[in-house]
Amino acid sequence: MQIYLPIAEVSVNIFLLLGLGGMVGVLSGMFGVGGGFLMTPLLFMIGIPPAVAVATEANQIVASSFSGVLAHFKRKTVDIKMGFILLIGGLIGATVGVWIFKYLKSIGQVELLVTLSYVVFLGMIGSLMFVESLNAIRKSKKPGVVPRKKKHNWIHGLPFKMRFRTSGLYISVIPPILVGLVVGILAAIMGVGGGFIMVPAMIYLLGMPTKVVVGTSLFQIIFVTAYTTLSHATQNFTVDAVLALLLLIGGVIGAQIGARIGVKLKAEQLRILLAIMVLAMCGKLAADLLLMPSELFSIGTGGH
Amino acid sequence: MIRKLSLALALVAAPLAAEETVVVDLSQNRVAITANYSGSEIFVFGAVKRDTPLAEDIAPLDVAIVVEGPLEHTTVRKKDKALGIWINTESVEIDAAPSFFTVATTGPLDEILNVEDQHKYAIGLDHAIRPQEHDEPNADVASFAEAITRIRVDEGLYSEREGIISLTSETLFNASIQLPANLVEGDYTARIYLIRDRNIVSDSSVAIAVRKEGLERWLYNLAHEQALIYGLLSLLVALVAGYGASEIFRLLKR
Repeated sequence: MQIYLPIAEVSVNIFLLLGLGGMVGVLSGMFGVGGGFLMTPLLFMIGIPPAVAVATEANQIVASSFSGVLAHFKRKTVDIKMGFILLIGGLIGATVGVWIFKYLKSIGQVELLVTLSYVVFLGMIGSLMFVESLNAIRKSKKPGVVPRKKKHNWIHGLPFKMRFRTSGLYISVIPPILVGLVVGILAAIMGVGGGFIMVPAMIYLLGMPTKVVVGTSLFQIIFVTAYTTLSHATQNFTVDAVLALLLLIGGVIGAQIGARIGVKLKAEQLRILLAIMVLAMCGKLAADLLLMPSELFSIGTGGH
Repeated sequence: MIRKLSLALALVAAPLAAEETVVVDLSQNRVAITANYSGSEIFVFGAVKRDTPLAEDIAPLDVAIVVEGPLEHTTVRKKDKALGIWINTESVEIDAAPSFFTVATTGPLDEILNVEDQHKYAIGLDHAIRPQEHDEPNADVASFAEAITRIRVDEGLYSEREGIISLTSETLFNASIQLPANLVEGDYTARIYLIRDRNIVSDSSVAIAVRKEGLERWLYNLAHEQALIYGLLSLLVALVAGYGASEIFRLLKR
């Protein structure tokens, strides 16, 4: 059954969209990631114009993060204060990101920027996760647990310190704002929530306890992606509500199934699987850049 | 005697004056793109009106039909290898490229119509994209224009279907024109040409309005005219869906 998407102006199979949403939903439920970094490139592959894919995916992430954060609120694992500090950086970053996106779209390099960002970030995060989970698997086989030292690095020397009770931290607001800024830019350019960058940054850079990381990240992502959606909708007219809705339906169902599968697997195994998946997507996109394309020409949308 | 002679002359002269006109009708003048639009088919029906009967030795009649979408200003980009990766380096602006273009004929185009008229009236894939006067007529622009045609042929937006028009008794003809699923809205035209002896003897054109309708129309207008409201509405849908999903599965877990 075909459906004509009003903004993307292409006709796609409705079950393909539901299936994609479901598949990515299962993975996001299993691994606790938003799945935007998988969905956006998949949308490119099925022929959705990149500008529409990026903007629409932001809208879909609002829904999945909102659904996720509700559960975290009940468990009280959201550091709202930290969330708002991250959000300040995030909103500035998203504004800059939409602006960069608009500019590159006009000179025809938006596709390159999006692909390059994906290759760099997926490559980095994928390899880090892969190495780290391999080490974790090795360590878990040895007896005895190595106690983790409390890090005290340059971050603690910065001014404007603030107390974050939920996270049990007393740190400067500069690093969270910077983390929010970077993720905000990426969210706007790549059509992702940025959880896959935000989560490691919160653990390793800010030293936040793991249990509040996911909830806080989701909390912040809702606002940044909502803002990104509005910016894309008002400046680029590229949010396709019908596409978002179909992906959503598949996504929310998939996420719940994924969450159940996730419980049955070990954390290290999960992470190594996710790492392999991230690296595979990275490799595919890198190949597109490195190998000679079969069609050298492409038709841009609009003009000037 | 003189009158008889002039009548005979008139009979001989009539076919040469080509007093043939084409009369056309379409199965529909309007294509509605609704949510479940997945392509459509338009039938072109035509008849040839003659004041005088045909001469015995006249060249056979041929028909060409061109259906064309709105002309759009289009940017074509070309990738080149730079710093080891393939990136867009050159771009050319094409002033008028139709969003959709299809040609149907009674026979091989080059055999039934002279090349000058193919070019002049934009009949045939090679002439789908017309260079504008202020375009620089160099080989480079031509290769970019060819690229548009090539890409759109692959996407099913441009096509040339020779020999699909059926012509009955040199008078009646009909053809079916397929419109693809990924159609863009706008004012389309169907141009019909009668051809004899590789020359156009009569032509006609009919407009086809392709419009989004229903939900599609409403969403598209809202997105462009009330962008903020549309954006907020999209967010609201997302939040409701997110909340709904979380509630439904909380109930299921019990």
